Amino acid sequence: MIELKHVSKVYSNGTRGLNNIHLQMEAGEFIVIVGLSGAGKSTLLRSINRLHDISEGEILINGNSITKAKGRELYRIRRDIGMIFQNFNLVRRSSVMRNVLSGRVGYHSTLKMMFGLFSKQDKQIAIDALERVNILEKAYIRADQLSGGQQQRVSIARALAQEAKVILADEPVASLDPITTKQVMDDLYRINQELNITMVVNLHSVDLARAYASRIIGLKNGEVVFDGTAKEATREVFANIYGKNNQTMNQIGVAK
Amino acid sequence: MKRIRLITILIVTSAIYIWAFTGLPKIEWKETSVEVVSAIFSGLFQPDWSYVYDPGGEDLLQGLFDTLAIALLSTFIAGILCIPFAFLASKNIVKSHLAVGTSKFILSFIRVFPDIVLALLFIKAVGPGAFAGVLALGIGAVGMLGKLISESVDNVDLSAKEALIASGANPVKTFIFAIVPQVLPNFFSFILYRFEVNVRAAAVLGVIGAGGIGTPLIFALSVRDWERVGIILLGIIVMVTLIDIISGKLRAKLI
Amino acid sequence: MKEAQLKQSAEMSVPPRKLKPILTTLLVTTAIFWSGWQIEFSFTELVRGFPNMWDLIVQLVPPNWDYLSVITTPILETIRMAVIGTTLGGLIAFPLSIIAARNVFQSAWITVPARFVLNLIRTIPELLLAALFVAVFGIGSIPGIFALMLFSIGIIAKLFYEAVEAIDPGPLEAMTAVGANKIKWIFYGVVPQVMASFMSFFLYTFEINIRAAAVLGLVGAGGIGLYYEQTLGFLDYGKTASIIMYTLAVVLIIDYLSTRIREKLA
Repeated sequence: MIELKHVSKVYSNGTRGLNNIHLQMEAGEFIVIVGLSGAGKSTLLRSINRLHDISEGEILINGNSITKAKGRELYRIRRDIGMIFQNFNLVRRSSVMRNVLSGRVGYHSTLKMMFGLFSKQDKQIAIDALERVNILEKAYIRADQLSGGQQQRVSIARALAQEAKVILADEPVASLDPITTKQVMDDLYRINQELNITMVVNLHSVDLARAYASRIIGLKNGEVVFDGTAKEATREVFANIYGKNNQTMNQIGVAK
Repeated sequence: MKRIRLITILIVTSAIYIWAFTGLPKIEWKETSVEVVSAIFSGLFQPDWSYVYDPGGEDLLQGLFDTLAIALLSTFIAGILCIPFAFLASKNIVKSHLAVGTSKFILSFIRVFPDIVLALLFIKAVGPGAFAGVLALGIGAVGMLGKLISESVDNVDLSAKEALIASGANPVKTFIFAIVPQVLPNFFSFILYRFEVNVRAAAVLGVIGAGGIGTPLIFALSVRDWERVGIILLGIIVMVTLIDIISGKLRAKLI
Repeated sequence: MKEAQLKQSAEMSVPPRKLKPILTTLLVTTAIFWSGWQIEFSFTELVRGFPNMWDLIVQLVPPNWDYLSVITTPILETIRMAVIGTTLGGLIAFPLSIIAARNVFQSAWITVPARFVLNLIRTIPELLLAALFVAVFGIGSIPGIFALMLFSIGIIAKLFYEAVEAIDPGPLEAMTAVGANKIKWIFYGVVPQVMASFMSFFLYTFEINIRAAAVLGLVGAGGIGLYYEQTLGFLDYGKTASIIMYTLAVVLIIDYLSTRIREKLA
């Protein structure tokens, strides 16, 4: 489904973000990527839909190279990849409905979109998506009127409306409190199970990773240092990923 | 050190004021001055009501309508003309420093031109009348609107743009869905504000012959028809106040 | 069960009405077309005007540089008018704004009339004020100064009383607590907090007044404005261009200086 072939990323200032990453992600997996901040989690995720360009290697989405794609082809590949952000990245001034509909823009001509002409079907898809994350009653409220957890659910609905086959989630719960964190993670898990949408989620909480992931990938200094099931990810494994720093271990909740 | 600065500021300001006041011509209370002041006030309190509506000829309502029309039309023209400049002058949209710099320069250049000077030039080009006034205010307002709007484009939150790009939107779609909704309320609010400014400006244009209520006012002043001056001033005050109130309410709703 | 459903539908936010944007668009379009009809806007006239505009621009270049020395005196007079007009306006606006501020005088009997006067002043454009004062004092820079004074009162007072209303109430309570009378209360509680913003508004108004003063001459109220009509009347466009350039230079320099000082004040 997603294939990374010897992917490296060197920033213009010379730092190496990713170093020779070789990964294969299968349809229906719930993959959690863990690692310290700066380990390259976010860079890896943004390389998959090419929000960041990579320096070496190639990334294939369903056999199509996103690395080489240009123009329409690139937009077409991106349309199949939903993305959820730490800070939700909603258009705060627009209504919830309009934010969710913005996930549909990849399906229509530019001219139609300039006049905001969405079909009945688009609206139905948006409504279904909102219903799935239990926030339909807020459909016509401005996005900035919602709480953080609600906003994140709107952004999940946007990815659903996009009818993506993969959802990338970059620290989706980092700015949420524990209760909403659980709600959002449950939503993601449900969507993974019910719709068989592949999830690739960056997290820094080990507990969450263990609770939801079908597969955990550990990153350290831009390299994959662990790749296995949640069960295989033992305390020692996390200690390796996060280094032997006790304070960090405490913060991320492994040191018990 | 601080003391020296303070003394310098003091000397410079006093020098400016001494220069300003010593060059001042004497205020000459002409014999007529008091008479004129009281005539203006009595005109304001006993205005020439018959001038308000005169189906046959030029009346107050006609002048006010002209003024309003000039303001509306010129604001509309400026609202359209300023759009390309506003976006070209924002570093959030255009990456080229040269394009941004040039647009900013054009906007500043237009902004330093007083509207009335533009009107003088347009009168020379298209002849006296409301048409010259519309063009002058239409062009003149581009400077201010372009600047305000490009600043609000500079301040948009770009995170939504990232989300749109990630969902496979091309640059045009991204712009329409992620940038435009954030700028639109400000855009309309600035347009309304400029409309308020243009109503005042349009009331003045007639002084130099560019249409609107200013022409009959200057005419009434020159023939010392104080009742008529009074009713025209009242008309302007009422119109400007009403428009300020309505536009202010609308702007408050937008934000 | 049914009740629960009802409750949910009541909580559901409603989609926006389509009618409102349609009506608004219709209204604006009508207003624009009415305006065009009212002033007899014509595109043919516009197209016919284009060559004339181009001719004018061509004739404006090059400016007549020799003329600069002739117009230095009226330019200085323009600056003088702005300096004095703004200063007088500021001196009057200061007490007026304090009277108009709701947190200084709670009584509506004081603030409402003060605001009414200020709003009234603000409705009359400066060039019309100048025309009125010319009728009173005759041609010269005196009517211009009075027009700028009134005009400045309108701007400064509006900005300033809003600033006064936004001040920190803490020092005011302290002044009340020590038993200060109203005058002391204002001088020691209010004034120190708003002096910097007053200076900033004063300079800002000065910037506006320099631009305004440059056109007052058109109605005989002194300054450089008079020379526009003279040169344009004699079709001496090179001279007009040099007036424009000179004024622009002065405006830009004063804007620059004033902005720098205002940044320091903030």
